[in-house]
Amino acid sequence: MTSSPTSIVTLRDAVVLVGGFPLLSGVNLDLDEGTLSVVTGANGAGKTSLLRLIGGLVGLSSGTGVASGIDLASGDLRELRRRVGWLGHEGSFYDDLSAQENLVFAAKALGRPIDEIAGVLERVGLTSRDSTLAKHLSAGQRRRLGLAWILLRRPQLWLLDEPYASLDDEGRTFFDQLIGDVVKSGATVIVSAHDPLRSSSLHPRTLTMAGGLVVGDGT
Amino acid sequence: MIRTALLVAAKDLRIERHSRVLLWQVLPFGVMGLVLSGIALGPTHAGHSSAGPGLFYLVMLLVTLLMINRSQAIEGSSGTRASVATLGLDPAGVFLGKALALAVELWITGVVLLAGAVLVLHTALVGTLQALPSVVLILAALAAAGTLYGALSGGGQGPATLLPILALPAFAPLLIAGERSFSASLHGATLWQWWVISLVALAAYLAIGILLYGVLEDS
Repeated sequence: MTSSPTSIVTLRDAVVLVGGFPLLSGVNLDLDEGTLSVVTGANGAGKTSLLRLIGGLVGLSSGTGVASGIDLASGDLRELRRRVGWLGHEGSFYDDLSAQENLVFAAKALGRPIDEIAGVLERVGLTSRDSTLAKHLSAGQRRRLGLAWILLRRPQLWLLDEPYASLDDEGRTFFDQLIGDVVKSGATVIVSAHDPLRSSSLHPRTLTMAGGLVVGDGT
Repeated sequence: MIRTALLVAAKDLRIERHSRVLLWQVLPFGVMGLVLSGIALGPTHAGHSSAGPGLFYLVMLLVTLLMINRSQAIEGSSGTRASVATLGLDPAGVFLGKALALAVELWITGVVLLAGAVLVLHTALVGTLQALPSVVLILAALAAAGTLYGALSGGGQGPATLLPILALPAFAPLLIAGERSFSASLHGATLWQWWVISLVALAAYLAIGILLYGVLEDS
C-alpha cells in the first residue's frame, strides 16, 4: 500500500479486534503532515484505539494502513513506535520516580544528552517540582511531565490521548500554546478529546467517532 | 543490550528505593514466614535444622512471587507501557535489566532470611555460609524465570493466581536443587554438581528470556 507524499496517516477499512470485539470497525482516514487533528466522540467510540493503532501500539486486524511511512499490517511496529510520542490519560511515566529521574531515564534510553532536561522542565513549568515524585504531582503537572517526556524525543507524530482531562483553564491554555508551537514546527499532532477544542487560535481538523467508525470530518 | 539492561535495572532499583516495598512489605513478610515455620515445627532443634533448607526455599518462593508481581506492576498503567514502548528499548535488554534488579532484591532478602534461618531454624552457621554461593545462583535463576513468567502471566495485570500456576514447572526444579545444595552444605557433602545444575538453569532461563521477552511484551 502506498500513501501520498504529504500524508502521514492513511487508513483504509481499518479494523482492530481485541478478544473478538471490534474496537475499530472499518476506519477510512487520511491525515497530512504538519497538521492538527482532534478526534472527538463519546466514551467507547474508538478514539484511544484509533490513536493506539496509528502509534503501532495495537495491531491491525484487517484492512490496510500506513503511519509515518510504516505499513501497519506488515511493517516494523517497533520502528513506528520509536517515531511517535504518546501521552496517555492514565499517566505516561513512572509514579515512584521524580520528574527529573523520569526524564533522565527517558533521555538515557533515547541517547539524548542529560543537559537538555533542565530546558524541557523549564518549558513545561516544572523546574520547581523536578525532585517531586510523579505520584505526588497534581493532574495538570502530571500532564506537563508527560509532555516533557515527549519534548525530549521530538517525534514527528504526537498522539495525545485526552490531554485536557482534569485540566483547569490555565492548563488548557498552556496545552493549546504548546500544541500550536509543535504544529508550527512541522510535527503532526492528533488529539483525542470528548469535546471540540475551545481555543480560537488553533484551527484543527475535527474527526467525530462513534461505534469504532469516523462518522464526521470537518474543520 | 547491556546498556539497556543496566538502565532498566537502575530504574527498577531506584523505584524500589523510593517506594520501600522491599523494606516494609517483602522483608517483614519473609521473616514472618520463617518465624511461623519455626513455631509450626515445635521446639526440637534437630527437626528445625533438617527442615531448615526446605523451609528457607519455601519462604523464598513466596517472597519471589510477591516481588515478581511488584516488578511487573512497576510498568503500571497502559499509558506508562505505551510511553515506554515509544522509547524503543531493546526487549532483551529490558528483560535482563528487570531480571537483574529482581535478583538484587532477592539476594538482599535471601541474606536476611539466611540469617533468620540460623537464628530461628538453628541451621549451622558454617554450613549456611557455605550454602551462600548456591543460594546466589538459585535466586538469580528464580529472578530470570520469574521475570519471564511475570510477563507471560499478564505483566502484573492478570489474575494473581495465574503466576504461581504457570511458574510452578519452572520453579520446582530450582527449589529442589536449592534445597539439596543447602542440605549438602549443612552436611559437608560435595556441592559442585548443584552449582552446575543451577548455572545451567540460569543460562537456560536467560537465553529463553532474551529470545522471547519481546514477543511477550508485544502480546
